[in-house]
Amino acid sequence: MAKKVPQRVEDNMEGTTVYNIPFPTGDDLSILKQMSPIVIKFPYSIDYNFSYGQDSPFFAALTNKRFIVSREPTTGYTYATPRGHDMYTGKETEWVEIKPEGKIHAFTTCFFGSEAFLDQTPFILILVEFEGVDTLFLGRLVGVDPEAANIDWIGKKVKGHFLRNSKLRPTDIYFNMVD
Amino acid sequence: MRPVYVVSGGVSKFAKARPDKTFQGIVKEAYDYALADIGIEQAQFFELVDGSVASYFSDHFTRQLMAGIMAQDYLGLCPKPSHRVEGGGATGGICFQEGWKNIASGYMDICVAFGFETMSHVETWKGNEFIALASDISFDYPVGGFYSGYYAMMVTRHMAEFGTTVEQLAHVSVKNHANAFYNPYAQKRQRLTIKDVRSAPMVAWPLTREDICVMSDGAACVILCSEEGLNKLEKATGKTYPRVVVSGIGRGTDAMRMSDRPHQSFDDFYKYNALPTEETDEARSYYKDLWKKGFRYPGVHSFRAGRMASRQAYQNAGITDPLTELDFIELHDAYTSSEIQTYEDMGLCRYGEGGQFAVGGKTFMPGIDYGLKLKDKPECPVNPSGGLIACGHPVGATGLMQGVFALWQLQGTIEKHFKDPTLQIADAKKGAIHSHAGTGTYVTVSILEKAS
Repeated sequence: MAKKVPQRVEDNMEGTTVYNIPFPTGDDLSILKQMSPIVIKFPYSIDYNFSYGQDSPFFAALTNKRFIVSREPTTGYTYATPRGHDMYTGKETEWVEIKPEGKIHAFTTCFFGSEAFLDQTPFILILVEFEGVDTLFLGRLVGVDPEAANIDWIGKKVKGHFLRNSKLRPTDIYFNMVD
Repeated sequence: MRPVYVVSGGVSKFAKARPDKTFQGIVKEAYDYALADIGIEQAQFFELVDGSVASYFSDHFTRQLMAGIMAQDYLGLCPKPSHRVEGGGATGGICFQEGWKNIASGYMDICVAFGFETMSHVETWKGNEFIALASDISFDYPVGGFYSGYYAMMVTRHMAEFGTTVEQLAHVSVKNHANAFYNPYAQKRQRLTIKDVRSAPMVAWPLTREDICVMSDGAACVILCSEEGLNKLEKATGKTYPRVVVSGIGRGTDAMRMSDRPHQSFDDFYKYNALPTEETDEARSYYKDLWKKGFRYPGVHSFRAGRMASRQAYQNAGITDPLTELDFIELHDAYTSSEIQTYEDMGLCRYGEGGQFAVGGKTFMPGIDYGLKLKDKPECPVNPSGGLIACGHPVGATGLMQGVFALWQLQGTIEKHFKDPTLQIADAKKGAIHSHAGTGTYVTVSILEKAS
């Protein structure tokens, strides 16, 4: 005897369920050209298995409350934001520890933001310049009133502090003004 | 390389949301307009066209991979060759240039370059998140990924380096919104004052909502041809088309992370980046002084990619003084500040002078009352269409929209397409389109000219 298989899809209440969208009852379908569009909503969520790859030691350093940067071994060109290979010589960089103390190169207060950060607004972004380092580092400035943003902030000294509980994010370090 | 002509173009209405059509339908709107404008039907065009290039930025907005081929299919262009290009905000400009390459190389005689974006498929804040994914997701995005924030940091540095003011930024907003008042394709057709711009909600200090372009749904399409391609079209339709030639293209790049931008020396700037107008003793002395004050190039205040794209395009087109030789520029003003930065990159003024230049009047349109006191007469209107700030920025379409508006300027057909003559630049012979990605990571500049 043949195996019995379902002959119909069972109705359920998952996802979008609608009733009675108006539709012509006769043969004349031309009015459909005037129909309003149908818009549906659906979620989209993914868990990535993302590797920091050659930049991983930087995050390991942050969890140990240390700050390391990338230096080209022959020219000494130093990147505040980790970079595995130098953009000029193409050589592999080496890790060097520095004190996370520097100056504000540029800043802004974000009153709006991406959805992921909306609940943190207003927050202050700064690009930090470190003595003897050729490039900048993007971080958060805390401890000052975001609403008091002032161009005089540029050049102010800042010092990095580490989160007690690392999140393995560049925000494991944040900055305060020191003067 | 063979000469490449722009023969026709179309732009869909840009809007906050276009739920009335799928992305294919919106592209078709722009494509059909381009065909209708040269008086050819699809079946006839299909026999002549050699292929296409598709342009859209983010797969996230559509949640549809291979959307390019879906548009190609919907336009009825299968099985002709096609490919998709992506390069952030410059996607449209890159598409235009890839179309140019198809023709210049001899691979095609007639090529369609089309682009679109449907950003309304997610809420604005999620859209900001998608756009911010075009920054380094290890080091930039997690700190507070928000492009307006990145650009606002450039502004504060520009202000600190050169004394640029928020009122100078606001002049750009007033200009571009007022221009768009006469452009029916634009999303925001408003007359604003400096006060309106500054009192708008602050987004990322010092940029307000009126300093920043909006997200849009829209599409644009350009048809590029060789001389042979033009002849084929003219033979098929019995019409004669105005010759608008792409006389030069240029493209530049820079480090993805703004923090990695180099701080070049004076000598390196002159070796790699200077324009012909900066080769004078007076200009060298000006820059020498800037370097003495601590200026380094490009830093985070300038776009080296924009400079390199301009330099290359000008070399190819034989332009030595863009301000006097270009009749207009459609440039990528995602922010009022980036328009000012781009004045400097494109050599309309020197680095550091962009703020003053923005309020002078040379980039404004003649015949429009902006409600501003401007000391200079218009010389090279920038964003006569209203630019991204007012027209909207459906990313994959934007650079092509610029190509269409530039074509219409050079054809002298703005009134026909806009149903209003106000934005027609009298006797426009040469214009530039400028498309820009990321924090200045990919930039394209293309020069269009009325062929003699």
